[in-house]
Amino acid sequence: MDEELERDERVYLLGEEVAQYDGAYKISRGLWKKYGDKRIIDTPIAEMGFSGIAVGSAMAGLRPICEFMTFNFAMQAIDQIINSAAKTYYMSAGLLPVPIVFRGPNGNATGVAAQHSQCFAAWYGQCPGLKVLSPWNAEDAKGLLKAAIRDDNPVVFLENELLYGVAFEVSEEAQSKDFVLPIGKAKVERQGTSITLVSHTIYVGHCLDAATILAKDIECEVINLRSIRPLDMEAIEKSVAKTHHLVTVEGGWPQFGVGAEICARIMEGPGFNYLDAPVIRVTGADIPMPYAKILEEHSVPQIKDIISAVKQSLNM
Amino acid sequence: MTSKHAKAFYFSIESLWVAAACASPCVQKCDTHRLDDAPPTKSVLTRDDGLKYYRTMQVIRRMELKADQLYKQKIIRGFCHLYDGQEACAVGIEAGINVTDHLITAYRAHGFAYTRGVPVKEILAELTGRRGGCAKGKGGSMHMYAKNFYGGNGIVGAQVPLGAGVALACKYLGTDQVCAALYGDGAANQGQIFEAYNMASLWKLPCIFICENNKYGMGTSVERASASTEYYKRGDFIPGLRVDGMDILCVKEATKFAADLCRAGKGPIVMELQTYRYHGHSMSDPGVSYRTREEIQEVRSKSDPISLLKDRMLSNNMASVEELKEIDVQVRKEIEEAAQFATTDPEPPLEDLCNHIFYNDVPLEVRGTLPWVKLKSVS
Repeated sequence: MDEELERDERVYLLGEEVAQYDGAYKISRGLWKKYGDKRIIDTPIAEMGFSGIAVGSAMAGLRPICEFMTFNFAMQAIDQIINSAAKTYYMSAGLLPVPIVFRGPNGNATGVAAQHSQCFAAWYGQCPGLKVLSPWNAEDAKGLLKAAIRDDNPVVFLENELLYGVAFEVSEEAQSKDFVLPIGKAKVERQGTSITLVSHTIYVGHCLDAATILAKDIECEVINLRSIRPLDMEAIEKSVAKTHHLVTVEGGWPQFGVGAEICARIMEGPGFNYLDAPVIRVTGADIPMPYAKILEEHSVPQIKDIISAVKQSLNM
Repeated sequence: MTSKHAKAFYFSIESLWVAAACASPCVQKCDTHRLDDAPPTKSVLTRDDGLKYYRTMQVIRRMELKADQLYKQKIIRGFCHLYDGQEACAVGIEAGINVTDHLITAYRAHGFAYTRGVPVKEILAELTGRRGGCAKGKGGSMHMYAKNFYGGNGIVGAQVPLGAGVALACKYLGTDQVCAALYGDGAANQGQIFEAYNMASLWKLPCIFICENNKYGMGTSVERASASTEYYKRGDFIPGLRVDGMDILCVKEATKFAADLCRAGKGPIVMELQTYRYHGHSMSDPGVSYRTREEIQEVRSKSDPISLLKDRMLSNNMASVEELKEIDVQVRKEIEEAAQFATTDPEPPLEDLCNHIFYNDVPLEVRGTLPWVKLKSVS
């Protein structure tokens, strides 16, 4: 964000606690000190209002980054995201673009219970006019966020609170101020031949851990979606053509989720003919998120669940 | 004074007014809230301006009536919210701001589309869903846009934070432009408007919040919807003006006053325009189940905005009856031609179906109604 604020004067950040508090999760640490009140704006607790203000400012030539403390609170603002931001370029037949990024943590943290733990990937992923991104590691976070800020369209950027504190190795290339990743392209994080694991955000890490455990007998190919919308089906189909088995892993609820969409599309495309087994979706449990640690742990995919799914798919 | 004006320049014996070129009619004093000053009670009206306002209001009036006709013929479909009766608001606001200022409103937007620069034929063709419509037929009645005009918005109240955001951009970019963010008496109870009031006030945004109070939110009268119907005071800590929305000069002076305040860095401000719509809420509402025909007729005969301006111009000898009649004839012709275009222009091509999803982007493939139907979308 610092690099993009420096690069383009029209970029600014607004949200709750982003300025003087350095960000609720410290993501914007140091930015207010560097850029001041004009470009880093603390808002009152008024999501519908400030997201509308952000969208309006984008319509009038600015490039806002609108932070939601979590995407759970963005439900209050979802009308502005969908009806004011996503649809306007189409409704105006190209007269009014809306270059805005909505970002913030998505999905479950730990112990924050039902109202603070929902994954919105499927909800936003359904909407034409939006681009929806879900980074996993530090390179993703940097490259995709810069791409989102530079994109002239509304982008929903789903971060993960649990990943904020995790350090990742970053390549030389990724350290450049112009390191930008393409939107809509998945990445193969681990090559494999036995089975394809497709995931996004923190579960990419879980898949890689599962792959390591299984490595003696099974070579898993792990795909990091990076982009929920557009969804890189080409990458998934290419992998399935090789492995003939597919497991999807996500934290969100099963019904109408990201995995459900992948299943539908695999079935509709060439991938269907390459499958030797039905696609298996590993998802969050179909319940509001409970509080107690043991219950919470059983509400989201664990590494052992991914391993079970792989073995089930391979009939092992 | 130019020779153009001199032609119509003469004295009236009764009032000894220097008439015709220019007049300073009295306008009603506005009620104020938290304001030491108020808009002037005299408005300078030149003949040219008077004729321009008259014509513009007449265009809107006839355009809306034409839309009514086309809707009843089923050539216009879906939603159609007509503005006849409220013309002085749109025309007065436009007279009080600059072309470089910004405006956003809700769905009763055809009048504003016109005052903000969209030609009548493009408005009507958008209503009839043709490729020559200002949104190429993809927006319809509630989604018309132009430079510095951000629609046309279908979700009640959502346009108000958007307007505050436009004002934020004006301030951020260091221009002296303002944004007029319009909403109705029904929308005035939306929570997001109060969120916008708060932030606009905290950040001193150059935003004129304008409530067009036409007394009814769909079928619900203001008394049944609002615990306080003093909409100009609803901004609480924000100064407010209550304005006679049927008098175009009153609207103009109030708007100018509000815009000047905002340009001086003293914004935001709330303006309530007391106005009236002759039609029902939309074309599917006859508009007589919640109000009497007598009430509608009373407004038409005593407060019609076009008649008020016409009477003013005639009594100040600024124009003749024949002249105004000639304008009426021209306007009718213009609307007829526009309607002709709107009913004969072809519908948008199917190739346009998926275009305009993203701006400045590579062409993308969009799924159609069937999995194997891959449609093309260009920016």
